Amino acid sequence: MNAIKKHRVLPGFGLSLGTSLFYLGLIVLLPLSALIFRSSALGWQGLWEILGSERVLRSYRLTLGTSFAAAGVNAVFGFIIAWFLVRVKFPGKKIVDSLIDLPFALPTAVSGIALTAIYSRNGWLGAPLEALGIKVAFTPVGITFAMILVGLPFVVRTVQPALEELETELEEAALSLGAGRWKTFCRVIFPMVLPSLMTGFAMAFARALGEYGSVVFIAGNMPMKTEIASLLIITKLEQYDYAGATAIAIGMLAISFLLLLLINGLQSWSSRRLKGI
Amino acid sequence: MRSSHKILLLSLLVLGLAAGKKNADPEILNVSYDPTREFYKEYNAEFMNYWKATGGGKIVIKQSHGGAGKQARAVMDGLPADVVTLALAYDIDVIAERTGLLPADWSTRLPNNSAPYTSTIVFLVRKGNPENIRDWDDLVRPGLEVITPNPKTSGGARWNYLAAWAFALKRELGTLKDLDKLDPAVMKAAEKKAMAFVSGIFEHVPVLDAGARGSTNTFVQRGIGDVLLAWENEAFLSINELGPENFEIVVPSISILAEPSVSLVDKNAEAHGVKAIAEAYLQYLYSPAGQRLAAKHYYRPAYPQFADAKDISRFPRVELFRIDEVFGGWQKAQKTHFNDGGTFDRIYLK
Repeated sequence: MNAIKKHRVLPGFGLSLGTSLFYLGLIVLLPLSALIFRSSALGWQGLWEILGSERVLRSYRLTLGTSFAAAGVNAVFGFIIAWFLVRVKFPGKKIVDSLIDLPFALPTAVSGIALTAIYSRNGWLGAPLEALGIKVAFTPVGITFAMILVGLPFVVRTVQPALEELETELEEAALSLGAGRWKTFCRVIFPMVLPSLMTGFAMAFARALGEYGSVVFIAGNMPMKTEIASLLIITKLEQYDYAGATAIAIGMLAISFLLLLLINGLQSWSSRRLKGI
Repeated sequence: MRSSHKILLLSLLVLGLAAGKKNADPEILNVSYDPTREFYKEYNAEFMNYWKATGGGKIVIKQSHGGAGKQARAVMDGLPADVVTLALAYDIDVIAERTGLLPADWSTRLPNNSAPYTSTIVFLVRKGNPENIRDWDDLVRPGLEVITPNPKTSGGARWNYLAAWAFALKRELGTLKDLDKLDPAVMKAAEKKAMAFVSGIFEHVPVLDAGARGSTNTFVQRGIGDVLLAWENEAFLSINELGPENFEIVVPSISILAEPSVSLVDKNAEAHGVKAIAEAYLQYLYSPAGQRLAAKHYYRPAYPQFADAKDISRFPRVELFRIDEVFGGWQKAQKTHFNDGGTFDRIYLK
């Protein structure tokens, strides 16, 4: 104890530790334990039966697949937007910068209705796309689009500071030592931004997994085809089947937790590697 | 669960604020569902005047609206409703069964199965009825698109589903009377046909919105579908808001009598000391004033003689059946058709 005390730079270790644990417990763990308590009525057998049913499995596959795709798209375009915002100076930059945060503030139902309006058969983009034989609204593609919208700010806002801190000297050094532009990007810039890009990806992914409001309008909600996990949960609640609903939620949480753990693991591995360089 | 807890928290907050205000006037909370918003706004004002005029003093009536199932769950989770005015008797049944806040035989306490106003399921079509949709069997015509919400998440969609089912039963059996006295084999064959018919309708459904308002939006704003299956009062509201030049109502040959039910939540009202007011509030729904307002807001009043003749003339005559006659009540219908593994699931799982 004494050894720790000596090396501590910041004061208030005990206080901050206590506050953190109490806060996490109150805000995160307490509701989660209520979830587990509610579903405990089912027992393991009942839990497996629900989680193993084809309908639930399909909804998990759909939710995970579309969330992953959305987070992937956001990682690419979020990076480009962040790069643009950090490196390029242009009039009205502040406005573009604030636009990025809008999906945070937009009530999800509103974004769902707006997206459906654009991508449905008679919408601005839906009509021409339908003429080309591409259906967006009421398909997994539409679900992915909704998830992209809500997830974008997470990537931009995590990558932006990392890019800002990037020292241009490093780039100049790489260039002057004979690395081409592409090589400089791949070997110098990208590895340094990768940890924060992964954090952004993880956050966008997690957000997409839990998204209900915006997705439910554009999904079409066809059983076995475009039912996301959150919709199945609501379906169970409408039958007053609390235990079943929480079972699906717990399955989803377990998968998300494992995936986030994995992504965080990768992220800390890559940032350790970065420090090693 | 997340949202119902939010409602709970919010309502506790509201209560806390209300308590802090030291409001001496007695207060009742009416927990209702979505489409009654305009009706109860007017009715509450009317009742407050009536109560004051008859010497009851000043009272405050608070309203809460939302999807019927969500509202029922909120009451179960502790939203302190003194009266509930929900879409389905089933929603109130579940509150009674799970919490004991009101007796199981609540629906016998007021006239007309505790439904002061009723409605039914009608078709909303585009102006001029270009597809010439007249009855339920038109819905399975090739190329036609039908819009209905998802019966798993929307109470209204369950009425649509059952009405279609009953139409097919009647077509097979010739009648909907005394179905329980029929030969079980005959009944079974008819049910099989009904299932095939309903299943056929759902092949024409391109999107299942989660709620009735979502479906209306799909049909009206998105321009998707040829016909929307909707509550009569909702269909009237849509036409009112969106212009009679765009849509019209078609009434099928037979439909279901939708009985949105009301009840006192005994234990809550007793705890708040407002039982007498809450009871009078519900009884007044059956009064000439209450009935007139219900008809004005497009509900079919239990006592049409009290309503304005011009309001009543808006409701076309239609053969209506009760859910109890054909499906043996909500509990049973819910179990057979809409719970997991019910007929609706089987349509999509096959």
